[in-house]
Amino acid sequence: MTDVLIVGAGPAGLSAAATCARHGLSVRVVDEFMKPGGRLLGQLHEEPDGTWWNGIEEARRLYEQAVGLGASVACGVSVYDAARGEEGWVVSTTEGILEAPVLLLATGAAETALPLPGWTIPGVMSIGAAQVMTNVHRVRVGERGVIIGVNILAVAIARELQLAGIHVDRMVLPPRNPVTQEAASPYHVMQSLLRVAHLAPSAFIRYGSRLVKSDPLLRLAVRCYPAGGVKMWRMPIHLRTAAVEILGTSKVEGVRLARVSPDGEPLPGTEHDIPADFVCIAGGLHPLAELAAVAGCPFAYLPELGGHVPLHNERMETPLAGLYVAGNITGIESAKVAMAQGAVAGLAIAEHLGRLRDRTALADAIAHVKRVRRSATIQFHPEIGRGRADVERMFQEQGISGK
Amino acid sequence: MSATGRIEEHPILGPLPERSVVTFRFNGVPMQAYQGETIAAALLAAGIRTLRLHEEKGTPRGIYCNIGHCFECRVTVNGRTGIRACLTLVEEGMEITAGEILPTPLKKGGHPA
Repeated sequence: MTDVLIVGAGPAGLSAAATCARHGLSVRVVDEFMKPGGRLLGQLHEEPDGTWWNGIEEARRLYEQAVGLGASVACGVSVYDAARGEEGWVVSTTEGILEAPVLLLATGAAETALPLPGWTIPGVMSIGAAQVMTNVHRVRVGERGVIIGVNILAVAIARELQLAGIHVDRMVLPPRNPVTQEAASPYHVMQSLLRVAHLAPSAFIRYGSRLVKSDPLLRLAVRCYPAGGVKMWRMPIHLRTAAVEILGTSKVEGVRLARVSPDGEPLPGTEHDIPADFVCIAGGLHPLAELAAVAGCPFAYLPELGGHVPLHNERMETPLAGLYVAGNITGIESAKVAMAQGAVAGLAIAEHLGRLRDRTALADAIAHVKRVRRSATIQFHPEIGRGRADVERMFQEQGISGK
Repeated sequence: MSATGRIEEHPILGPLPERSVVTFRFNGVPMQAYQGETIAAALLAAGIRTLRLHEEKGTPRGIYCNIGHCFECRVTVNGRTGIRACLTLVEEGMEITAGEILPTPLKKGGHPA
């Protein structure tokens, strides 16, 4: 019999699996991707201390640890429903029904779409798709690419494409429409980029990472942003140019650009076409939380956490008995935070099932999540701490049902 | 020169490991892939970006998210429709066909049955 069923073999799910297995629980992990590791698999970046964060190696380490402790990990299995039964959770998968008294959802994040004319032409893909194709499958996505959407994830992946010898011609804003909103505003994009400018070994820092503290200076910087963009790792980042249409019929042939005002309004007569054979759309990440919704879990909308998240407390419990969450389903943060949250979920589950002897371990693991969060080099949202405090408060107001 | 193909060497990840070759067919055309490659990766490496035509409009579609979320890459594999090319590994002898435009005879100007 399975004690704990975990959906998602990423950093959170695998850490939780190892922790549960270490406490003598029977653990089963399912994931629809063909390899364990989740979003870790694509990650490849240089840490501030000069070492490389190789997501493939991290994924292998977590997988071997979990399996070595006795957890079973099944890849290529999709989950499409979760319902509370008499004895516990009844989970519908492409391999049949699975049941367990405890269900942990560690489904991670999905990419947010930035629709624009031509975005269904073959050769247009999300930035994460290009990352996986490059680092996991090792297949070239094209010869000359344009990235639409300027954010920290896009900059990190553009660097990964360059490492693999894929030419990224430039990075531009999406067009202004009801979906793109702040992602199409030069002012808002500049503000969010400058918060991570300390990571960029480039002119970007000199251009104005200090300006972020002064709003009038920031507005001036957006007004005077160079027409040719500012280069980061030899790739121009344009904040006053937006893609208005992707060109091509059976495949991508180019991108139509236009200069935009500091508010993101296209300037008439500035349209021009550039060649490209692939386009990446970078709309950022949001929690992939549909399974929590079909399970009946209450949600909260917290932009600091990336959107709608299932209500949960710092022990990773949801208001539904036996339903836990960990990783990016609870809010967009780094893989290291996800791993730390997975350990918390594992310990909380072990306690719930009467297997935790050392109660201090859970408190220590919760404190560790906060330490990892504080020391993260990349904050996906500057107010992440406030978002975490808000969801905790909302959870306490709601309480746990069926306990 | 093909715009696509494989990334044989990588400065951090190292060279691609040796893998055995599998043979499959896409729209009836014999093709080769490496063991462990997804249908989407194998076809892209061969320069094929279009995986289906939109069922109603007939416009070409390829991969979008590459990790199973968007369902844009669905193809027919050994007679089973709606298979995600980005999550499915190529197997020896696989028959893969692109999704095609479906008849819309009741629609004005639609595709005939």
